[in-house]
Amino acid sequence: MLYYLIPSLIMFCCGVYGFITRRNMIAMLISLELMLNAVDINFVVFNRYLHPEAMEGMMFTLFAIAIAAAETALAIAIIINLFRVAKDIDVKDLNKLKF
Amino acid sequence: MDYSQFLAMQQEIGLLVVFLLVFLYDTFMPKRALGATAAVTCGLFALLTLGGFAMCVLDTTADAFSGMYQTSPIIVTIKNILNVGTLIVLIQSCQWANNDFTSVRRGEFYELLLVTLFGMYLMISARHFLLFVIGLECASLPLAAMVAFDKNHYESHEAAVKYILTAVFSSAVFMMGLSLVYALTGSLYFHDIYLTLTEQYPVMLCVALAFVMAGMGFKLSLVPFHLWTADVYQGAPTSVTSYLSVISKGSAAFAFLVILAQAFGTFYAGVWEWMLYGLIILTITVGNLFAIRQKNMKRFLAFSSISQAGYIMLGIIAMNATGTASLMYYILVYIFSNLAAFGVIQAIENKSGYVDMDDYKGLYKTNPRLAVVMMLAMFSLAGIPPFAGFFSKFFIFTGAIEQGSIEIYILVLIALINTIVSLYYYLLVVKAMFISPDECKIAPFASAATERLGLWICVAGIIALGIVSVFYNSLLKISEASYLLPLN
Repeated sequence: MLYYLIPSLIMFCCGVYGFITRRNMIAMLISLELMLNAVDINFVVFNRYLHPEAMEGMMFTLFAIAIAAAETALAIAIIINLFRVAKDIDVKDLNKLKF
Repeated sequence: MDYSQFLAMQQEIGLLVVFLLVFLYDTFMPKRALGATAAVTCGLFALLTLGGFAMCVLDTTADAFSGMYQTSPIIVTIKNILNVGTLIVLIQSCQWANNDFTSVRRGEFYELLLVTLFGMYLMISARHFLLFVIGLECASLPLAAMVAFDKNHYESHEAAVKYILTAVFSSAVFMMGLSLVYALTGSLYFHDIYLTLTEQYPVMLCVALAFVMAGMGFKLSLVPFHLWTADVYQGAPTSVTSYLSVISKGSAAFAFLVILAQAFGTFYAGVWEWMLYGLIILTITVGNLFAIRQKNMKRFLAFSSISQAGYIMLGIIAMNATGTASLMYYILVYIFSNLAAFGVIQAIENKSGYVDMDDYKGLYKTNPRLAVVMMLAMFSLAGIPPFAGFFSKFFIFTGAIEQGSIEIYILVLIALINTIVSLYYYLLVVKAMFISPDECKIAPFASAATERLGLWICVAGIIALGIVSVFYNSLLKISEASYLLPLN
């Protein structure tokens, strides 16, 4: 089980690290995908090794994949809209709203 | 499968019917009839709200889908409270939705809004984490599209990007916490989790709880996770901001209570009590301190709503019937006071485009009625006695104190001190409107009939909710009768 959990943990941490350090919005989105996929792996592994009597974790993963796809689609649409207005997808330039 | 289970979901079905009717109307009616979309939506939604109140008299307790979905009088009541708020938002947004820039896409606004409300219903009724996550996403994804609604304004897009990225990040963190809970218990039913987790707590559970609380904290904009709030509130169209600050926050607060009480109820003492304790102190204090220095009215209300969220959390940490009742009462009062403030901001923004506090100087001379409504809203938010805001704060403190431990007394004392701090910045607005000698930039104008109607409802709520005791008493009766909190 550990052989699956360690990669998933590394994926999650990479996602968090990437989300915080990357300055390109698409790269940030990829980092978010890494985090969501790490969650999926976790659910499947826990289901398979710890609680194999029911399929709850697998079902959760299926739904989580669909939700992640919806999230990405919407985020991409919003980023494209922003790109049309601002001609840039670097988060450094998103500084009009601040105190 | 027994299809009659769907009958337990009356309010969800009603909302879906309203959504479909609005959608069909918007799609198939001839162009000249589309001007009435806003009115049609308001009318249908008012019917739904009335239907929800009619359901209060029935005994609605039911489980559906082997306990994934649950409804009971208290859940019907919180949904009714959200309905009332949404109705006011819909009425107030009519004017904005019919202006030249938004009228092309007016239908989409109403459809997205109804879908988010559906997601919030699911969040409140869910007793299984899968359904809860679906509800959470259903509530937060369309909101991102709504935040990006002002296509012609750069600010709206920037706010939407910030909102969607933080929302996805928070839901990833939340689901990570869920996967750890699943590893510990082997189930995602709230009830099974409650039964499986026993008194001794492994470190893993604390980590899982911290993840879950962080995920919900993003939704509620509690303080370490609040950074998106002010930017999104400022950039989004004002109708969306008012919806986001009131309905979204109210539903998330109640869902948070349900999760903490029903799934993790055994870990109240010593585990999540202390996590929440720290969050509340940070939320109230930081929200207040940042609100003092804001110049833009929408940003100012964003920080004020952060600190109000801290007060709402006091109803959760109380973990008793009074706390639950006062949480719902607080949400109700907060809906009326905050929507009054946003209604005034929206009316002024629609007419003149001004949103800064400096622009409000001398508003009393040019638009006395709007200034008085704003003053009432500020008094209610600050908690000055004859208005509803005082009573909601009073009851929420009472509920917390009934819990009885010395730490909670200290927490309530800190919250009280913060109330005094908040008085300062709420009164800054009143001072600008009434006392400042400057000439007002905002010319006298007559606001639209719908805006006036929305404001009248809010003012009636602010004045009546506090004085007429039947509201709080009936909420208390409902929350004492329900089995929302685990029986020990």
